[in-house]
Amino acid sequence: MRVLFGFLSGLLFGLGLVVSGMANPAKVLSFLDLFGAWDPSLIFVMGGAVVVTFVGYRLVLKRSAPMFMSGFDLPGTRLIDARLVLGAMVFGIGWGIGGYCPGPALTALPLLAPGTLVFVPAMLVGIWGGVILRGSTLFTRNQKEATA
Amino acid sequence: MPLVATEFTPWSALAGGVLIGLSSVMLMLFFGRIAGIIGVVARAVSAVAVPAIDRNWRIAFIVGLFAAPLTVMAITGSPVEQTVSDNLPLMAFAGLLVGFGTALGFGCTSGHGVCGLARLSRRSMVSVAVFMGAAIATVYILRHATGVL
Repeated sequence: MRVLFGFLSGLLFGLGLVVSGMANPAKVLSFLDLFGAWDPSLIFVMGGAVVVTFVGYRLVLKRSAPMFMSGFDLPGTRLIDARLVLGAMVFGIGWGIGGYCPGPALTALPLLAPGTLVFVPAMLVGIWGGVILRGSTLFTRNQKEATA
Repeated sequence: MPLVATEFTPWSALAGGVLIGLSSVMLMLFFGRIAGIIGVVARAVSAVAVPAIDRNWRIAFIVGLFAAPLTVMAITGSPVEQTVSDNLPLMAFAGLLVGFGTALGFGCTSGHGVCGLARLSRRSMVSVAVFMGAAIATVYILRHATGVL
């Protein structure tokens, strides 16, 4: 059951990315190109997704537990630290170069564009590096550990 | 990246956004987890260790992502429109930055951008402002200031 519903959730998420145009890096870069031929479509993607999630979370979180797990697991930390800001900055630069954030890159993998086929493995390497660095003492000394 | 102008498509953008939102709500209803793609991937590939029960649905989620463009092509009978840069070293570098940055910063466009903003998280608001600003500045520098792309 978990696997089936995980698959269906992923399918729906991916359909949203394809339908909205986010799986097309050219469209994402046009959105980020405020000083060029700007395409504001992505505001509508974000807006639609945030409003539906805002309302849906309020309904779902009234339950005592989710359907297939013993409890809700929400990020509890409110820490705004160097990891959060540095990470977002590095991510933004990569997003601006390639036009892919993680979800669209994975979703577009079966389309087999050469750029996607090198982007995704590099992204996995980056994830390993980022996870290792965020747990290192460089950042976690004297700090409560963040989650997510 | 070849400079490709795209059309403003508010309705398909909104429809896609609603589907993404519904999927995020489903993940919370079924599994009680944030629909942050980078978090899902990090646990699916065990970069972050989780019990098998909390890993298998994430692998299935990613298979679902893969199935999406194939489903759209099967229904519409036409290829999914896409322009991806052919500059492979540059795309590899971009992928490295995206993976590293989102893992270090605990989230990406979906985790901070959709789920975090929907939870009115201050942390996510900071993250979104920083990555949007960095991405817009990067595109400006590459396209207009230097003309690299």
